[in-house]
Amino acid sequence: MTKSHTTTGAPLFADHPFVQELPAPLVAAMGRVAVERTYATGDILLREGEPAREFLLVVSGKVALEAVMPARPRLTIQTVGPGEVVGWSWLTPPHRWRLDARAVKPTQAFAIDSDILRTLLDEDPANGYKFLLHLLPFIAQRLENTQFQLLDVHGD
Amino acid sequence: MVGPTVRDGAIVYGEIREDSDLPAGWTDKQEAGKYRLERRTDKALFGYNVGPHGWKKYLFPSRERLWTGVRTGTSFAIEPEKDEGPPVAFLGVRACEMAAMDVSDKVFGKAGDPGYRERRRKALRIAVQCGQAGGTCFCVSMGSGPAVRAGHDLALTEILTPHRHYFLVEVGSAEGAAVLEGVPVSPAAPSDSASAEAIVAKTAASMGRAMDPVGLRDLLVNNPEHPRWEIVARRCLSCTNCTMACPTCFCNTTEEVPELSGEKVERWRRWDSCFNSGFSALHGTSVRASTKSRYRQWLTHKLGTWHDQFGMSGCVGCGRCITWCPVGIDLTEEVAAIRTPVASSQSAQAKA
Amino acid sequence: MATDAVAFAGADASVQGQSLVPVPYVVRSLTRETADTVTLVLDPDHGGERPRFQPGQFNMLYVFGVGEAAISICGDLEQRDRLVHTVRSAGKISQALSEMPPGSTVGVRGPYGTGWPLDKAVGKDVVIVAGGLGLPPLRPAIYDLVRHRDRYGRIEIIYGARSPKDLVYYSEIQTWRARPGLRFQTTVDTAGRDWYGDVGLVTARLPDARFDPANTVAFLCGPEIMMRLTAQALETRGVPPAAIYVSLERNMKCAVGICGHCQFGPEFVCRDGPVFSYDEVRRFMTVREV
Repeated sequence: MTKSHTTTGAPLFADHPFVQELPAPLVAAMGRVAVERTYATGDILLREGEPAREFLLVVSGKVALEAVMPARPRLTIQTVGPGEVVGWSWLTPPHRWRLDARAVKPTQAFAIDSDILRTLLDEDPANGYKFLLHLLPFIAQRLENTQFQLLDVHGD
Repeated sequence: MVGPTVRDGAIVYGEIREDSDLPAGWTDKQEAGKYRLERRTDKALFGYNVGPHGWKKYLFPSRERLWTGVRTGTSFAIEPEKDEGPPVAFLGVRACEMAAMDVSDKVFGKAGDPGYRERRRKALRIAVQCGQAGGTCFCVSMGSGPAVRAGHDLALTEILTPHRHYFLVEVGSAEGAAVLEGVPVSPAAPSDSASAEAIVAKTAASMGRAMDPVGLRDLLVNNPEHPRWEIVARRCLSCTNCTMACPTCFCNTTEEVPELSGEKVERWRRWDSCFNSGFSALHGTSVRASTKSRYRQWLTHKLGTWHDQFGMSGCVGCGRCITWCPVGIDLTEEVAAIRTPVASSQSAQAKA
Repeated sequence: MATDAVAFAGADASVQGQSLVPVPYVVRSLTRETADTVTLVLDPDHGGERPRFQPGQFNMLYVFGVGEAAISICGDLEQRDRLVHTVRSAGKISQALSEMPPGSTVGVRGPYGTGWPLDKAVGKDVVIVAGGLGLPPLRPAIYDLVRHRDRYGRIEIIYGARSPKDLVYYSEIQTWRARPGLRFQTTVDTAGRDWYGDVGLVTARLPDARFDPANTVAFLCGPEIMMRLTAQALETRGVPPAAIYVSLERNMKCAVGICGHCQFGPEFVCRDGPVFSYDEVRRFMTVREV
């Protein structure tokens, strides 16, 4: 069993909900390079426009995805919690983050280097396919959230 | 007494004071979008079908004051309207109109409307058996005619022979019997009854339209996206004529009518129509914005969900909606089209 | 008047025994909830108790000379001496209502409609999802659930609004959140830096809610699209459609099922609703312009 925790009681990569149904060899390979991150409330995980070099999976806490506009206050578009992933801009050109991500609670996450991950996915297309299939619901959810926010689902 | 009289090129219901007010020797010719009066060769008093009015306007007035409110300091006091009208006799009620009143009794009864109840209680109904069927009539299909069998105070069949012009009278209630006292009557002979039945049978056999009512509720409720709705919507003007002419349509609205001083206000109720644009207004827009959705609502309600609400059809087959539609939309035709399997109707309308 | 039995053929029982003319009530207080929403507390003009109501029912509130609007009752069942209504200023009448100063008179007739079936929730988990102005009609039910906590299983409440400043009953929500034995999640569509809560749809909060789908009753209230999405999400999770209840809204004039305005398919929202079970109305909720 792959261990990627540093002390007893810390989270196991293989336990993260996102990887539950991925092929075991892929999970093992990801787990070998996954790094634990801890963020305090207010810490910025990533910034819009910066190179997107990591795949982030949230273990605990809460992360706000924010849009920054000139001369306007920051707007949080969505919050992401345990079991979810922060983004996928590392997967598609131009490989730059499109939003800021900020911890609104003390947050723990796994970070996987995206060059390594892309290589793993390219090497075995079956793995690549499974991975994308698992990522798709998160992308769909983000899209649906945005659509329905436009439709003012909580308003009248 | 209110009954049929000729006015403005139609046979409408109005006050009847003497024989000459009745439309003797007149008949009506009705088709989709068409109505005209024609002279008969005889002097029949009831030789026509139904005009644009029903009895609805007497039981459920097109405008009615519900209450009056006056300010009293910072508060207000409300005085409900009391109906103090006299009893009214309806002369010339057709079978379809009796059936329409049965429907309205159910609708207004379920809502506990006191005004309707009172006016209905005070109405004496003198029915007339239909001596002819109109071009848009289909009471036989709807099981509402052409014979009046129950609910009447009196029922008349007009019988004209070369030698006699007389009426067969059926008494339906004590009030009806009381009215007959003082009217010269003699017992009916079997041949009189036979003549009357023959007239009604002939009427039943010459209906201008037909509509199979079996399974209509499910047909309409289950087909909200039938292509036919789009087709009929292109013709419909949303003019509300059908709902105004229909004897069972009951939609209404309330209005606040304040006096300029602001010290007094009246609450009025008036007829409304589901075809009006503001009818389904919600949060600044209409739920039913398109003509298609309104026509669908009207027909699905009338022939479909009316069953869910009141346990009966809302249609009595009087044909008024067909006659008085300015573009001649015929609900019997629309229903037939919706019954047709979609594939064949789709190919028919593919390039429409 | 309206309570007399109707004597002629085809008649059913009369209107729910309530007066058909507005009864004067005095505005005791008007509290601002958000930029366009206020809460009115009304005392019966004649003193004494207001009529009993069920959570989920509504009154027709009347402004003399202006007109009537259907507004849900949002007060506590146990406070018998007052009527509470939260009103959003959306049209001529609600605008007038939200400007009625203390001491002025508002006409009330009702209560009308069907309420949340709390009796069906006894012994079960209860999931309540409110969107925007959907929380006021649910508040009387929440009060009752909290008061009789031991009758129910888990209580999960989710409330979504456009933004933090659109949340109503803000301080009351904090009280509920602090209560052990129930979870109250709030979420908004967009937020600034001062919001440490969730941002996203109410349905995104459901995975965090703990309930046994086979033994749950859900009450949903808010924009129709929100109720539809939430009902679908609950159903996907295993809650039977018959155990999900929604509160619908349509144009109302008479509130007693005679004017025809509020029809939704076969239902008169004023009389057969506004609370419906989802399996009763779902087929019409997915047809456009019904």
